[in-house]
Amino acid sequence: MVGARLAMDLDTAQVSSIFHFATEQGRTILYLEYINIAICLGFFLTVAWFLTFAVIKFRHRAGDGEPHQYEGNTKLEIFWTAVPALIFVFLAVATGIVMSIVNPPVGKRQPDITVIGHQFWWEYRYPKSGVVTANELYLPVGADLMLEIRGADVIHSFWVPDFGQKMDAIPGHPNDLFLKPIREGLFLGQCAEYCGSQHSLMRILANVVSPKEFETWTKSQSKVPAPPTDKVSVHGQELFMSKTCVQCHAIAGTKATARVAPDLTHIADRKTIGAGVIANNLENLTQWIMDPQQFKPGAYMPNMRLTESEAHDIAYYLENLK
Amino acid sequence: MTDAARPHQTFNWLADVPEYHGLWSWVTSVDHKQIGIMYILSALFFFLAGLTLAIIIRIQLMVPMNHFVSQDAYNQIFTMHGTTMIFLMGMPLLFGFSIYLTPLMIGARDMAFPRLNAMGFWIFFFGALLLYFSFVGGGAPAAGWFSYAPLTEKGFASNPGVDYWALSILVMGIGSVASGINLIATILTLRAPGMTLQRVPLFVWMVLTTGFLVALSLPALNAAIIMILFDRLLNTHFFSPAQGGSPILWQNYFWFFGHPEVYILILPGFGVVTEVIPVFSRKTLYGAGFMAASTVAIGFLSFGVWMHHMFATGLGFWVLWVFALSSLLIAVPTGVKIWNWIATMWGGSIRFTTAMLFATAFIIQFTIGGLSGVTAAVIPLDWTLTDSYFIVAHIHYVLLGGMFFAMIAGIYYWFPKVTGRMLSETLGKWHFWLMVIGFNGTFLGMHVLGAFGMPRRVWTYPYGMPLVTGLNFFSTLSAFVLAISILIFFWNIGYSFVKGKIAGDNPWDAWTLEWACSSPPPPENFDRLPPIRSRRPLWDLSHPEESGRKPGGQTS
Repeated sequence: MVGARLAMDLDTAQVSSIFHFATEQGRTILYLEYINIAICLGFFLTVAWFLTFAVIKFRHRAGDGEPHQYEGNTKLEIFWTAVPALIFVFLAVATGIVMSIVNPPVGKRQPDITVIGHQFWWEYRYPKSGVVTANELYLPVGADLMLEIRGADVIHSFWVPDFGQKMDAIPGHPNDLFLKPIREGLFLGQCAEYCGSQHSLMRILANVVSPKEFETWTKSQSKVPAPPTDKVSVHGQELFMSKTCVQCHAIAGTKATARVAPDLTHIADRKTIGAGVIANNLENLTQWIMDPQQFKPGAYMPNMRLTESEAHDIAYYLENLK
Repeated sequence: MTDAARPHQTFNWLADVPEYHGLWSWVTSVDHKQIGIMYILSALFFFLAGLTLAIIIRIQLMVPMNHFVSQDAYNQIFTMHGTTMIFLMGMPLLFGFSIYLTPLMIGARDMAFPRLNAMGFWIFFFGALLLYFSFVGGGAPAAGWFSYAPLTEKGFASNPGVDYWALSILVMGIGSVASGINLIATILTLRAPGMTLQRVPLFVWMVLTTGFLVALSLPALNAAIIMILFDRLLNTHFFSPAQGGSPILWQNYFWFFGHPEVYILILPGFGVVTEVIPVFSRKTLYGAGFMAASTVAIGFLSFGVWMHHMFATGLGFWVLWVFALSSLLIAVPTGVKIWNWIATMWGGSIRFTTAMLFATAFIIQFTIGGLSGVTAAVIPLDWTLTDSYFIVAHIHYVLLGGMFFAMIAGIYYWFPKVTGRMLSETLGKWHFWLMVIGFNGTFLGMHVLGAFGMPRRVWTYPYGMPLVTGLNFFSTLSAFVLAISILIFFWNIGYSFVKGKIAGDNPWDAWTLEWACSSPPPPENFDRLPPIRSRRPLWDLSHPEESGRKPGGQTS
């Protein structure tokens, strides 16, 4: 049931893979990956060839006596110690080079985006524009970006396979991740460090868009939504502010300012609810508000015991925040 | 074979040895052979438990968005699977082999500290039961076998699962340290006259190294576990960042134990293969000196690679790079072993008994596991692949395709010595081929799953990804084949224990001392020992002309 609803969103996403880089960093890492695959394949085929040859050629046949006994050859031992050692030193040097390209020194540079992993959703803050959003990341193609990765509660890990590097989100230990997106599209990722009961449903939807679209998106996200005017929305807002919703959620331009749970200012623009669990529409949001645990057992949002019409009005209000 | 090699008449099987009669003789035993057997039987029992959990995991992941078990149950299951396979299967299996074989191989009557030996086993056994009691005693642990803080703190794991985990790992850890010290003392002090360190079988070299690794690395884990217990029970803040603790500190402690642990598990497996391959190739071990030296090198290096489990935690460039270098270098002595095993087979007259088949499959599977390990040491690649199914494939190629295949080779090889009866070779071949197919089918595709973005420890995955769905489905089917092969193995053990062919003292025409006493060996092992002039005393007995030609024996 849950999955069927999610499938709609994934149809538009690309198959994720580390071979399908969407960032400059992913491309650089992939070169090293090919070198490494070549070395490993070479070593494996050499071992496999000698082993297969030995298995076929030297198997016991009827009438064989005890074979000639010999104990080793120091030159050969040195050969198969030194050659791999040289290859591995080469790999270590290549590792250092790629590391310093992909992860340059930070210096005084300030992050473009702060990513905060929560149990079990992602918060994204854009310090330059002041935009705060959740679960769906927007990045402009071609920009050299520095992301600061933080953990709010336990350790998470920010991983979009097409972007290359993953980075742990550790409470009290902010990390930096450098991304230069080179391809537009919707890329799927998810939390990669086991973080508790809903670890597998802590998804990332990363949208790489053109700089122009990104600007439009930033503008629309920075806008404070107009106060509701129609009757249902007004009722929905009243409920939102009087029930416990405001304890955790924030909506710009209202008295809801809590930062415990996802910012809902522009929730209507998002594709999914619950970090990629279900598609975002009025009916799903109503069901989610009535009982989030049916979709995401273990999530911190409790069942508020609202009636269906109350939940509908809140959802209606939220879906009209623009 | 001369009379010197047959100090006792041949016993048919264990129950014929009067000292081994009845349950009480086992419970009160300080005999290394009985304790070794109890370790191995416990390990096989917990292997079945861990396998059952693994099958549940595979059924859950068979199709996308499956609801075979709940997410919370799944998290408990993979935590218990990992913990079981490392601490309740791997550790007792290697201790069982080491404790059973080491005194026999060096010509000793028993371990250096027989009572400590018994304590080590029973403390392990009850620690293991305590862990499984958590299922009925308030909830099994669900923080992973690595129990990363702060997920283990009271605020995030309020049920007692983590307490059960910590207490049982702690008591088992204390038992393991005792056993490690016992093995070191035994090997260093109880070798028979003539059995110099250059002449002990390579298995004993590897056990000695393992003993040091156990004695030096497990205290780090035990200390860290006491800290996590203090955090949970006494409200200290070692690992809780909100109060100034450091979750990275836990990772450092855990992997300072955790990486040597991998070598603790694999070195005795190397040892088994190093005994099996020469005997069935009918050739002395190639490059024995390099084998021993590379073992010691692995032992030292294994204490300097732990941070490769933490490459994605954002540590500084030089720290990371140095650990990448050491992690790559540890592959060198490991590669030396692979070449020496192949060189031992080269020019031999190889008999493909089930034991030899498993040892051969071990070489190729362990090579794959080693190479995926090299891949994970190259930091930028680790950044892309860590915490994905690629690493699941890697650890299973190292520990199941490597360590466990080696130990099965050892079971087929030494079962005749332990019980006096042969395991069925027909069942053994069925077991082998089904297990090779099942194992590789289950885990080979996981390398690809990881590269295509499937993280570890996920309860399910979305629809709409044909490759991920297909590989998971195939993996689950193969896991059933793997499970069937294990059932054949257990049937073989049970059946052959009662009805197997009588083995005799030395059915494989092997060379090390354990084959000089009866099968099963009598309570105090040896009345008289054959003269020990080389690493292969029994070969010297049957080839007197060669040992005459080479005084001092084969020492390098």
